[in-house]
Amino acid sequence: MIRHRCPLSLPVIHTSAAVLTLTSLCVTFRTGVHEGFLALAFGALVAVGELTRWRGPGLREIAPLGAAGALAYALLGENAGLHTHHGVCQSVTIVFAASLLGSVPHIARGRSPTLDHLARRVLTVGFAAVCFQPLCHSGTLAAWSGPAHALLLLALLTLTVLCDAVLAAALAHARTGWPFGPLLRDELRSTLCIGSAVCATGAVMALAVAVAGLWALPVFSLPLLLTQLSLRRYAAVRTTYRQTIASLARATEIAGYTPAGHALRVAALSQAVGRDLGLTEPELTVLEYAALMHDIGQLSLVDPVPAGATAALPVERQRRIALLGGAVVRQTGVSPQVAVVVERQADPCREQPLAARIVRAVNAYEEKARDAGPDGPLKALEELRLGTADDYAPEVVESLARVLARGCLTLPGVG
Amino acid sequence: MEAVPARARVYVIAIGLVALLCLLPPPTARTHAWVVLALAALYAGCEQVARRRFAGTFYPVLLASVFLLPPAAAAFVPLPAALLSHVERRPFLLRRVWRAARLVLGVWAAAGVHEALDGCDAVDTSDFPYALGPAGAAVLVLCLVLALLDGGILALAEKAPARRAWRELLPRSLAPVAVHGTAGLMMAVLWRSPYGPVAALLVLLPMGVSWWVYAQYHRERDAHRATIRALVQAVDIKDGYTRGHSERVGQASVLIARELGMDEERVEVLRFAGILHDVGKLGVPTRLLRKDGPLTPEERRVIELHPEYGHEIVRGISFLGEARTAVLHHHERLDGSGYPYGLAGGQIPECARVVAVADAFDAMTSNRSYSRARPVPTALEELERCAGTHFDPRMVAALVRAVSRSGWHPAVTADEPARPGERPQVSSLPGARP
Repeated sequence: MIRHRCPLSLPVIHTSAAVLTLTSLCVTFRTGVHEGFLALAFGALVAVGELTRWRGPGLREIAPLGAAGALAYALLGENAGLHTHHGVCQSVTIVFAASLLGSVPHIARGRSPTLDHLARRVLTVGFAAVCFQPLCHSGTLAAWSGPAHALLLLALLTLTVLCDAVLAAALAHARTGWPFGPLLRDELRSTLCIGSAVCATGAVMALAVAVAGLWALPVFSLPLLLTQLSLRRYAAVRTTYRQTIASLARATEIAGYTPAGHALRVAALSQAVGRDLGLTEPELTVLEYAALMHDIGQLSLVDPVPAGATAALPVERQRRIALLGGAVVRQTGVSPQVAVVVERQADPCREQPLAARIVRAVNAYEEKARDAGPDGPLKALEELRLGTADDYAPEVVESLARVLARGCLTLPGVG
Repeated sequence: MEAVPARARVYVIAIGLVALLCLLPPPTARTHAWVVLALAALYAGCEQVARRRFAGTFYPVLLASVFLLPPAAAAFVPLPAALLSHVERRPFLLRRVWRAARLVLGVWAAAGVHEALDGCDAVDTSDFPYALGPAGAAVLVLCLVLALLDGGILALAEKAPARRAWRELLPRSLAPVAVHGTAGLMMAVLWRSPYGPVAALLVLLPMGVSWWVYAQYHRERDAHRATIRALVQAVDIKDGYTRGHSERVGQASVLIARELGMDEERVEVLRFAGILHDVGKLGVPTRLLRKDGPLTPEERRVIELHPEYGHEIVRGISFLGEARTAVLHHHERLDGSGYPYGLAGGQIPECARVVAVADAFDAMTSNRSYSRARPVPTALEELERCAGTHFDPRMVAALVRAVSRSGWHPAVTADEPARPGERPQVSSLPGARP
């Protein structure tokens, strides 16, 4: 199902992660583990964090507790006032082993991105440890005591999280073929919220263990668990919201106003086009909801339009249905942007917002291509191209053609 | 709540005076002065941010000051923020005094306990397993004092029974404040460590993010509920004469479920089951739903498809759980003469039996274009008459008990005045007759 048109970045990332892990394992095996109890405690924290990780929006894996614990271990220089002796290799080894252990249930459930997630985790921890541990062991940090040390840690962590965002965007780009720029922008945006919390928590954990010893770990994990819990609940309610909208959008299909699966197909294709045009994640959500509900205005009609084919109706009628739909959407408490997209989907394309142009073109394509046999898609695209003067925006039609040429509809998480 | 009773005013002023006494011995050591000012400014800043985004007190800073300072100094920390806080209703001054006084007293008592147990030394030397003891005691005392004071004002101003208020307030606040207490403790330890206040500030970032996410969660949940409600209103409008019916059925289902002693989660599911029971009517042509005159058998069959349409629509919404089967089976009858599957007795899911009773009850007690609303006792009698053949006697008995105890006062958010005479007489629909 997944297209293997992977750029070079995927093997490069995986190979470097594997090399780093193997080297670390060998070195640690030869030198033995320093401060075993400390390693065990951090390993347990990371493993628990991994166990409770979940799938965020898009292809993002979220494990704030695991990430913060791993970074804190990489940036740990002291334990209750005594110097620690774990170096880069031990940090990577412990984090790798703990993450692997915590991922066992996820692997058993057959969720594919575990490999990418592990590679990312190993590389970021390696980066942080390489930046910090040699400085710490060579005694360069003696000049950076007190508050300066805290600020140094924070700066290092910010750098690490930025690297992680680039890595995540590169992996997502390699897996999906979506443009790199918008992916990176979305990663950085999510870094602002969760990433900053992870950064701060990693720094606090490293500092608190340096001051108070291992007791700091359970004490400070408690508030972080709270963060994780609210994040999960937020993610859960977002999922149910999406399910509700997708299900209720099917009401038009059940009512016989539109053919089965039409709303879902338009939503999936619209999102692919939106991605191709570089929309951000919030914009994509608006686009998805609007595409799901674009036909809801037909519920207000006393008799169904034949086969739900609104694209063939006179423009005035189309606009009336769009306005009715906008009114329904406005009542539903979904973001008003969605309502705007729905009610302006029949306007001339020059006056429309981008999302409405996408919905209009994709809807027309879906209706024309649906029952037109094997060469339907080509004919439908041709018709759209001919109509680009006023009805369909040329850049959207071109993007649609690109998306269809790539066969993007079979992507996981979209189709 | 514009007018505050005189005894509540006296209570607030008395508490305010006591709080003033707590503040009176000024901080002795000079070294505390800048810590107090810094923490007070920090707390005020956090509250300002918190007020715009979410409601509630930002406890980590308060608790950090409890762990760092002697009582009189710690009690000063919440003062500026509370006195400057934004008050929406009159009397402004009294409310500000109340907010300040309760926090001052709570923080003072907690800091007193913490100091008495040698907590400050433990924080200074980060003596770890020991520092947890005084900190836990301080958190407990803070919660106790706040619950006690809040219970008092509830009893005086709103005539709530004080003992029940105390019993409810304390357990509800203890867990969140304890979690914030660990963050406060970490903040205090780092503040006193060589890394200084900069490191302590870092503790606030994850807490802030946690709050932000929590507020987002609530916003999203409200939006979700609004969406469901609005789409149900779409059914009501399409059906033409059943304004608010879905929501009232949801409320009646909740009444029955509570009376049967179901747990809160299941009660919530039954609320959704009641609200969504007729959502399948979205799939029935509007022309049929609004048809004047008698229905042909074929039209009747089309309308009887609505439970299956409804099930098809809500099938993919996983949080609805067993509410989905209630949507499918709410027209089944106990003797097996219902539709769509003609299930009988215990084959019908429990929640569907609840919704069936609630649906029939509301259909009888609200105005329909083909029949006037019947009085509640008549409707209950009718239900009891049909219990055993159409309805589950347990559910009917539960509804009768609940209504006879607290009455039937459905509140519907979208209740608009019905426009009488708008629709001509319509024959009774199978979906609406008991």
